Amino acid sequence: MNPTDIVDRESLRDDIPEFRPGDTLKVHVRVVEGSRERIQVFQGAVIRRQGSGARETFTVRKVSFGVGVERTFPVHTPIISKIEVMTRGDVRRAKLYYLRGRVGKAAKIKEKRSVRS
Amino acid sequence: MATKAIVGEKVGMTQVWDDQHRAVPVTVLKVAPVRVVQVKTTEREGYAALQVTWGVRRANSINKPEQGHYDHFGVEPGRRLVELRIDDTSGYEVGQELTADLMVPGERVDAIAISKGKGFAGAMKRHNFKGQGASHGNHKKHRSPGSIGACATPARVFKGTRMAGRMGGQQVTTLNLEVVQADPEKELILVKGAVPGPRGAMVVLRDTVKGTANGRKV
Repeated sequence: MNPTDIVDRESLRDDIPEFRPGDTLKVHVRVVEGSRERIQVFQGAVIRRQGSGARETFTVRKVSFGVGVERTFPVHTPIISKIEVMTRGDVRRAKLYYLRGRVGKAAKIKEKRSVRS
Repeated sequence: MATKAIVGEKVGMTQVWDDQHRAVPVTVLKVAPVRVVQVKTTEREGYAALQVTWGVRRANSINKPEQGHYDHFGVEPGRRLVELRIDDTSGYEVGQELTADLMVPGERVDAIAISKGKGFAGAMKRHNFKGQGASHGNHKKHRSPGSIGACATPARVFKGTRMAGRMGGQQVTTLNLEVVQADPEKELILVKGAVPGPRGAMVVLRDTVKGTANGRKV
């Protein structure tokens, strides 16, 4: 319990599903273009989750047109409208940086067989 | 000089989201209601200031002269006495309470506090000297300050030459911080950026005396 938790409580979101490194997510991001706002979906694998409380962030990696793209979001940022968990990954590491050096089938993450409670 | 001031306690740092969903680094300050103990004026004391206190204090931890000072003005004793120098004290009276809503979000303030003590620090940490090279034959002098003066003339080291020594633990004023939130119910003020001192340190906030980069006070 940190003394600043009383301030953080207001910026924390409770609508974020549970997810871990290795999971595949669809992150619905609010994009503001001029006065218009639209939703952009960023789909990829979670390769990292770091920090705690209001400062916690996660990184999603996807391969787009042969180029690896990683985006880091704060877990509690208001620009995320929704997070969908597509698959649960079966991984043995907390940080999946080894995926960066792999392409194609080698970069595939095994799917978790049993459903996590 | 400042037109208003209040005293609080540093709680720590965190971040909040602004209206454009950007993360804003903030320092959280606990600002309990502050009681005016004495109003000092230019005519009587020679300078204008408010002597204030906040919180509560056990009766057996206060000595008789200090108790007498509080009794004289009829104010309940608080944690400690602090003087807030402001331009004009005519609008204030003894016993008046100042709360966190004295500061308005968006307003620019200065934060005054005692910085964290760093102990005996070298010239690199204390005066931002560059130190010396890591290689090129340097031997055990990587963080040394280098030359401290000339030779036979003046044959001494000038006073005030910057060297290693005690660092920190002195009063530091951070100018022109933005107030992000001020909540008198939670007794909190959030200011953007860092404030000197450790957590739990006493911090004086005043409306800024120098203003923003374009020369105007907000």
